[in-house]
Amino acid sequence: MTERPGLVVIGAGPAGLAATLAAAARGVRVTLVDAAPEAGGQFHRQPGAGLGARRTRALHHGWRTWERLRDGLAAHIAAGRVTHLADHHVWCVEGARGAFTAHALLGPGQEESVAVRADAVLLATGGYEKVLPFPGWTLPGVVTAGGAQAMLKGGLVLPGRTAVVAGTGPLLLPVAVGLADAGAKVAALVESADPRAFVRHARVLAAHPDKLAEGARYAARLARHRVGVHVRHTVVAAHGTGRLDAVTVAALDADGRVRDGSERRIPCDSLAVGHGMLPHTDLAETLGCRLDGTGVAVDDEQRTDVPGVWAAGETTGIGGAALSLAEGRIAGLSVAARLDSRAPEPGSYAEAAGARAGLREFFAVVDRVCAPPARWTERVGDDTQVCRCEEVSAAAVREAVDGLGAGDVRTVKLLTRAGMGWCQGRMCGPAVAGLTGCPPTPARRPFARPVPLGVLAREPDASP
Amino acid sequence: MRPRTPARLVRARPEPSFTVTFDGREITVLPGRTIAAALWSAGVVSWRTTRDRGEPRGVFCGIGVCFDCLLTVNGRPNQRACLVRAEPGDVIRTQEGTGHDD
Repeated sequence: MTERPGLVVIGAGPAGLAATLAAAARGVRVTLVDAAPEAGGQFHRQPGAGLGARRTRALHHGWRTWERLRDGLAAHIAAGRVTHLADHHVWCVEGARGAFTAHALLGPGQEESVAVRADAVLLATGGYEKVLPFPGWTLPGVVTAGGAQAMLKGGLVLPGRTAVVAGTGPLLLPVAVGLADAGAKVAALVESADPRAFVRHARVLAAHPDKLAEGARYAARLARHRVGVHVRHTVVAAHGTGRLDAVTVAALDADGRVRDGSERRIPCDSLAVGHGMLPHTDLAETLGCRLDGTGVAVDDEQRTDVPGVWAAGETTGIGGAALSLAEGRIAGLSVAARLDSRAPEPGSYAEAAGARAGLREFFAVVDRVCAPPARWTERVGDDTQVCRCEEVSAAAVREAVDGLGAGDVRTVKLLTRAGMGWCQGRMCGPAVAGLTGCPPTPARRPFARPVPLGVLAREPDASP
Repeated sequence: MRPRTPARLVRARPEPSFTVTFDGREITVLPGRTIAAALWSAGVVSWRTTRDRGEPRGVFCGIGVCFDCLLTVNGRPNQRACLVRAEPGDVIRTQEGTGHDD
């Protein structure tokens, strides 16, 4: 029996689903591997089935898109064209053109590993939130903005009764609205950027009336919930003993300095904070894919520079769900054509390519406007824990550079253990780079997640 | 008007609840929740103390990346509360340090 060519898609968020549907519709046999119990990724994260939600869309954006993806996936699974492996945590992909193996730990126990073989790989591993440290950020009650949203969407729970949402970036708006809709009192939305900076990019904004309308809708809903919005403000400290009970918020001047006398204490039992997103690139790096900045470098067809490996969505750069859908569709069409030794017809993905170009341009502007405030490192006190896993203080990180002469983040890591813990520097990486003035460098993690030694010992072909 | 809650927002009709224990205390859990969500709904926000400074920690990233929410489930330490679904009868314990007897 000759098997049709096979694609393994890693990640069942918008990019992975769009790619799966596009490729499967053109005859590619797809194995969709995802860590979550249900497809959707972070953006379309669904509540646990036992919770019996009958109106999940109240917590979601792009519900019609989700219905289309969900129903399309179900149809392909029923027709035998797609296999969905849920609760599979991929820790390594190895191989070369035409013969790849994805290794996945079975959740939630994660003691057993399975191998999925395929002719081609699509990495749709998404991103995770960047949080820059500030005094008190390790207190229970301080969570990432995306984390608060994930717990709400997946578990129908709130981080507390009174929340402050803070940091920078477009994610803060839906998080604040979602928490308020679900019954939390949102005491403040604190955004360090100045939205007036968007005016400098009027041409790009004018091309995205839908994004402006979306922003206006969020503003109206925040006003309805009476959420105070403080732009060009930042959280300078979180307070509490054993758990958060207040934050201090202050205004920033044009140079990023705290305005004298502007500090104000806001009582709250939860703080949802984030400073943008970073791409998950571990699997791509192990495969040898070139990075472009923080994301995986891809060509017009979403191909990486490793033959047989495609990437789509936030793993190639942060740009939201709509961009992920466009990139995923292009990748799926490209895979279907290339596995058939053809070039994809440009007309087949012209529409998605147009959307991709526009959204990339828009999010480049967002990235510039919503950069972390200048001088944020000056507000990180010496006793602030920078590496949450290994409990490394800002003082130790500074001493590694100033006293011990470290000139790059890897040396700082070796001297201080910052980035050596469970999360492998995903949480503290941006902070260490900022505090030391060293450029962030790829972490080169051989495994994308912790792997039990017993699993490695049993893998007969774990090394290529 | 009744106060807004996440469950009312999505008109949830959950399946029957079950119980687990957290440090010996019985907690009622709705099916489909992770251990982290179950603990939050019971008003618990920290369940680990760090190895060095003994500081309390709970959920931070909420999506399995940061490993701050580690705890011990049915004798197995270092489980991410934000990923592991609660099951009837689970014995959940605060994790001190590495979670292994030192």
